[in-house]
Amino acid sequence: MKNIHLLGLKNYPREDIQTIIDTGYRFKEVLERPIKKVPSLQGKTIVNLFFENSTRTRISFELAQKRLSADTVNFSASTSSLKKGETFKDTVQNIEAMKIDAVVMRHPTPGSPLHLTKYIDAIIINAGDGTHEHPTQAILDMMSLHEKFGYLKGLKVAIVGDISHSRVALSNIYGLQIMGAEVTLCGPSTLIPTHAEDLGVKVNYNLDEVIEWADAINVLRIQRERMQGGLLPSIREYRTLFGITNERLESHKKEVVILHPGPMNRGVEIDSAVADSDQAIILDQVLNGVASRMAILYLLLGGKQEKEPK
Amino acid sequence: MKISKLKKNTILKNGTIIDPLKNFEKKGDIHIQNGLIKAVGKISPHKSVNTIDCKGLIITHGFCDLHAHFREPGREDKEDLNTGSESALAGGFTTVCTMPNSEPPVDSPEVIRYLVERSNECPIYIHPIGAITKGQKGSELTEMGAMISEGAVAFSDDGLPVSDSGVMLNALEYSTMFDIPIINHAEDDCLKRDGLMHLGKTSTELGLAASPDLVESNMVFRDLELSIFTGARLHIPHVSTAKSVDHIKTLKKKNNKISAEVTPHHLYFIDEDLSSYDTNLKVAPPIRSKDDRSALIKAVKTGVINCVATDHAPHTIEEKEGTFDIAPCGMIGLESCYGAVNTILHHQNKMDLLSVIKLLTVNPRKIIGFNEDLFKVGTPAELVIIDPNQEWEFSKGNIFSKSKNSPFVGKKFKGKVHSTIVKNHMSFHK
Repeated sequence: MKNIHLLGLKNYPREDIQTIIDTGYRFKEVLERPIKKVPSLQGKTIVNLFFENSTRTRISFELAQKRLSADTVNFSASTSSLKKGETFKDTVQNIEAMKIDAVVMRHPTPGSPLHLTKYIDAIIINAGDGTHEHPTQAILDMMSLHEKFGYLKGLKVAIVGDISHSRVALSNIYGLQIMGAEVTLCGPSTLIPTHAEDLGVKVNYNLDEVIEWADAINVLRIQRERMQGGLLPSIREYRTLFGITNERLESHKKEVVILHPGPMNRGVEIDSAVADSDQAIILDQVLNGVASRMAILYLLLGGKQEKEPK
Repeated sequence: MKISKLKKNTILKNGTIIDPLKNFEKKGDIHIQNGLIKAVGKISPHKSVNTIDCKGLIITHGFCDLHAHFREPGREDKEDLNTGSESALAGGFTTVCTMPNSEPPVDSPEVIRYLVERSNECPIYIHPIGAITKGQKGSELTEMGAMISEGAVAFSDDGLPVSDSGVMLNALEYSTMFDIPIINHAEDDCLKRDGLMHLGKTSTELGLAASPDLVESNMVFRDLELSIFTGARLHIPHVSTAKSVDHIKTLKKKNNKISAEVTPHHLYFIDEDLSSYDTNLKVAPPIRSKDDRSALIKAVKTGVINCVATDHAPHTIEEKEGTFDIAPCGMIGLESCYGAVNTILHHQNKMDLLSVIKLLTVNPRKIIGFNEDLFKVGTPAELVIIDPNQEWEFSKGNIFSKSKNSPFVGKKFKGKVHSTIVKNHMSFHK
C-alpha cells in the first residue's frame, strides 16, 4: 500500500483500491466459513474513536477487527464533552500513550483525520469526517458494484439525494472516478454543491433521465433537518421529484441496481418495496462492509510490511 | 526586543530617502535631534553625533496600520499593548489603530481614556477605534462625541457587522457631525450561515461548509449606498472579493469620503492553500479564489483600494490547535506585512516602490486624518529603514507578538524592515 493511512480517496492510488477490493473477496470467503476468525492481526491493538454517534460503521469495524483477532477498544465521546475541557489533542495523545497500533476515527469536523496525523504516530483510518469523506463506505460500495457487475471501468453510477451534506457522496465520487466509472449527481439544487461539476461529475435534476442513464443508483438518506434549514419545502415534494419509488422504477423498462449506505428512511428517499427487491444490493453492502474493512485493516496493519519483533 | 534611546543628535547617513507625500526619491541624510526631524538632505558630519550608515537602504515614513487587535483589556493572554507595540516595531509600524473588540469592548469614553493613557507608556503611537454600537450589539449608538474627545480616531464594531441597515444609516448620519470614518466589517450573516471558508472547488473537495463572495459584496454595496446617501466618511476594511472591488470602483466616484483597505494575507494566499486545513488560514473574511486575489492586486495598483492594513489578530496556540470548525478566525500580521506586500506587489507585480510605500504610510494616515508630512522639520521622527531587495525566510524568530498564529512562517520574502524609529527610540530588526 502506498499510503500509511486511509484518510480519504482523493488521489488514492488505483492499484491500491483494486488490491483492497480483491483482498476483500478473500475475507468474504472467511466470513462464509463456520469459524469466521483468522489470526492475521493477533497482538495488534486498534482503538475505535467515535466522536459522533454511529451504529453500523462502528459495529462493522469492530466485527472486522475481531474476525482478524486484533484487540479493540471503543471510545465514544460527544464533541460537547470535549468543548467542556479536554481538547481533541489531549484525548488522542492520551489514547496513543497507551501504545496502540491504529485508530479508526469518526469525527464531525472535516479534515480532523489529517489533523490527527500531526499529533500521533498510529495508523489512522477515517470512518467519516463530517461532510468531507467516508472512504471505507465508498470502498464497500465499489466492492459491491464490482461484485455485481464484474467491472467498474465505464460503469454508470448515479448518486441521488443530499449530496452537499454527504461524506459518502464525496468519497464515492473520488473513488469511482479513479476506477474509471462515470458519475452523475441527482437531487434538489439546494442540496448539490454549487461547484459540483468542477469535480468532473455531471449534474442532472431530472431523476427519470438519470434512471434511464444509470447502471446503478446509490440512494442517500434525506434528513428532516434540511426542511428546517430552508433547503427543502417538504418530504412530499422530495418524494415527488427524487423519491426512488416502486412506481417510478417500474415505469422504466430496465433493471437498475440500487445501493443505499444506510440508515434508510423507508418511505422517504426509498420505498420499502424497492429496498427489499432483488435489484437492491443493500444487504450485500453490509456484508461487504465487514469484508472490505478486514481487507483495509489487514493491508494497512499487517500483511507483508509487518516487521519481526527484535 | 532591544529598543534603544536615540542619542541627542543622530544622523541617518547615505540612505535613499523616499518621501511618499511629496513623491520624491533622493540620496541623502536625515538629522534627528532630541527625537525631532532637524534636517533632511546633505548633512555634513559633526563630532559628538551618532551616525547610522544607511548605505543601500531606504529611509521613509514609519508605517501606519488602521486595523490591529491588541486584545487589551481582557485578553492579555493573547496580546497586550506592549507586546503589540513590539510586534509593530518589528514590522516597521510606528502608528497603529486598534480595534474595539476587547473585553469589555471599547464602547465608552472611559475605556478610550484608559487605552490612551496606557498607550502613552508604549514605544509606538496607538490610537483606539471605538465601537459603533454599545457592546458591539448592533443596536444602540455609542457616545461618539465624548469618545472622540478622549481620543477615538474612528468607529467600528470590528468583527461584528452592523447587520441592521437602519442602525448603519443612523451611525453614518451621526458620524457626519464629526467627519470621522465608520468602518464596518462587511459580512451578511444571513448569507454566511455556518460558512467556514470561501465557496468554490476547494471547499467542495474539503467538505467544509462554505459561503459565497456575495456575503461580503452585498454588504459592501449597501454600505457604499448608505455613505453616498448620508455623505458620511466610510472606510471599508479588508476587501476580499472582485465583486466588492467593482462596487467600490463604481460608487466611490459619488462620495470622495469612501476609502478601502486590503490585508497582506488576501493579497498573498488563495483558497487552494487551505487544502491542509491550516487553522492559521481561517480568517474573516475568508481567503478567496485566485481570481479574487488578482482583482485585489489590480485594485491596489489602480488606486481603487487605498491602503494595506494587517488585521493583526493574535490567538493562543491552544485555540488554533483545535479542529477547523472551532478554531477562531484571524492571524497575526504586523511582522510579516512589509515582506509579504513588497514580495507580491513590488517584485511579482511590478508596482513601483514609492507606490507600495504609500499604501503603508501617507494613504492610511490620510484616511484617519493623521499628520502626513513626517519629514517636516520639527516633527517627531517616525521613520522606518528598509531593504526592499533583501531575501529572507519568515520564521517564528521574527515574531514578537504574544501569539504565533501566522501562516507566513516558512514563506520566503523579498524586502525586509531594517530598523524602526519612533518616540525618540530606535529598534533594529536584522
